[in-house]
Amino acid sequence: MAVLSFGQALKDALDVAMSKDDGVFIAGEGVGVSIHYNPNLPTHGLLEKYGPKRVKDTPVSEAAIAGLAVGASALGLRPVVEIMFFPFITLATDMLVNHAAKLRYLSGGKSSFPLTVRIKAGVNFAAGCQHSHNLEAWLAHSPGLKVVFPSTPADAKGLLLSATFDPNPVIVIEEMLLYWMKGEVPDGDYRIPIGEARIVIPGNDCTVVSYGGSVYTALEAAKALLDEGISAEVIDLRSLVPLDKVCLLDSVRRTGRLVVLHDAAKFGGFGAEISAIVAEEAFDALKAPIKRVAARDIPVPVSPPQEMFNKPSSEMVIAAVRSTVGKR
Amino acid sequence: MGSQQADVGLKKTMYEEMVLIRKFEEKLIELSQQKGKLVGMQILANGQEAVAVGIVKALQPDDVIVSNHRSHGHLLAKGADPKYLMAEIMGKATGVNKGKSGTLHMAVPEVNALMTTTIVGGGPPLAVGAGFAQQYRGTSNITVVFFGDGAAAEGSVHEAMNLAALWKLPIVFVCENNCWAGAQSLSEHSCLRDIAQRAVGYGMPGESVDGNDVEKIYALAKKMVLRCRNGKGPGMIEAKTYRMRGHGEHDHQHYVDKKELEEWSRLCPVKRLSESMLADGLVTEAQLQTIDRQIDAKVDEAVGFATESSYPLPEEALQDVWVEE
Repeated sequence: MAVLSFGQALKDALDVAMSKDDGVFIAGEGVGVSIHYNPNLPTHGLLEKYGPKRVKDTPVSEAAIAGLAVGASALGLRPVVEIMFFPFITLATDMLVNHAAKLRYLSGGKSSFPLTVRIKAGVNFAAGCQHSHNLEAWLAHSPGLKVVFPSTPADAKGLLLSATFDPNPVIVIEEMLLYWMKGEVPDGDYRIPIGEARIVIPGNDCTVVSYGGSVYTALEAAKALLDEGISAEVIDLRSLVPLDKVCLLDSVRRTGRLVVLHDAAKFGGFGAEISAIVAEEAFDALKAPIKRVAARDIPVPVSPPQEMFNKPSSEMVIAAVRSTVGKR
Repeated sequence: MGSQQADVGLKKTMYEEMVLIRKFEEKLIELSQQKGKLVGMQILANGQEAVAVGIVKALQPDDVIVSNHRSHGHLLAKGADPKYLMAEIMGKATGVNKGKSGTLHMAVPEVNALMTTTIVGGGPPLAVGAGFAQQYRGTSNITVVFFGDGAAAEGSVHEAMNLAALWKLPIVFVCENNCWAGAQSLSEHSCLRDIAQRAVGYGMPGESVDGNDVEKIYALAKKMVLRCRNGKGPGMIEAKTYRMRGHGEHDHQHYVDKKELEEWSRLCPVKRLSESMLADGLVTEAQLQTIDRQIDAKVDEAVGFATESSYPLPEEALQDVWVEE
């Protein structure tokens, strides 16, 4: 066990994967020599260690980067490619949605595509809506893609390693603002099964479901709520596809209340799916209407007060939880 | 003498394969006119058989091809069994992809026809990945990707060709210029008459060839493939041919000049090869008729097999999304 930053934990995962299997290679814009030079970035130092054959800096060509991953995985390699900012995924979406996700199905199960796409996500770094736009609901809506969204250094490592060695295409969404956050990370080939949620803190009165960076918003709210005698259970989904419905439904059956939180826009967001599943499968256990806390249905703004206004806050979570337990 | 015999053998094989593709697709035309026989739209490469055969004949079995919506010829030339293709086209459980693909995106990994996509321009980025894997593993195999003049207008093709050239990937980009992208003729979607000129812009060689002359295509393919196999990087072949049918069988080509169709039908690649072999005394009329009958039997056998096969069960639609661990 070592104390690593989130970014270093991701790098550790890539390092372990590359040393274990020479079919693993990484590619993307600046994964070797980057305009963002920082030891806490996930590919930092890998070019020096593994050389340009396995650490491929690419042209600014998201479709070709994603196509590289699909085609190389069809021949048995394990590509781990990077999309520099989440909204840039739009340029790679055809390769992911129409190809990575569907070619195995179209082959009648004859082919497989063991690829990983790392997406650097983040809101509130004043880059504007073409660099900040969490589109996980799009990807989760494409059958054939697994989607994970870790929130801690240990989970980041464990999920990225599982993704790399998963026989299916896996999208790993990385919350960039967490790259500097430190935590204990198990050594070696540490893997977390994809599809298992984690109860971050147990509670009795209301389930708060979240993932990625918004888990910390949920924790902040839970801490404040405890002071007023409300015990919130915070669940970190970790994996959106496949989804740990057992953990989700068990929790709601115990607490009888649900608040869903994410940094993506509310309308058509992943929270709608969580809410619908609970409404369909645990309606009888609900003591109050489900609440969703999410970003506004606007492009992510730039100006600091507007950016803050848009991002779901712990106060919003506190208010939502209070309303479910009948407090104002 | 030995090489001459080999040459004769090769021509005969190429002829047989072209006839198989022609007859296979003519059967699809026939069946598509009968209600309930086939599923989905039939997108045919009638008149483009020489491209598939001439290119694939220059490959080795381990070489990979990436095909597109007009794939039957490519797959048959690569050695796919017509029985399983026909069953797939009928949506049957015995189809090459268990009925999951239908006619449009059949992949036949057994013969390294590894990926087929109907997304126009989707093939070249996939080929980049396949070619990368071949280079990465240090094999001498190469990848061929077939795409059309229409696809040449897609941004993904530009990205793929640029990256392939930059990394010297072993890929031959084969643009089958059949003069039509949907209902738009070449002059309506490109300022260039020769798509191969674009290769210069990526720093790779590009050559145009008569796409209805299988011998010329084969000769050019041999040259490009060898260069590629020797680590010199990708190349582009533009095979100038003609889409003799509509985009699909639903399209009756109301926008096509009938005189142009007649002119191109005189350039039929199958007829040209048979006439040249007859003129050179390499085959007799009787031998050609025998080949025709044998191929007819093969196509009929495929139709029989496919017709007698069952459909998959509805709930089998749930399978094959994921690799289960």
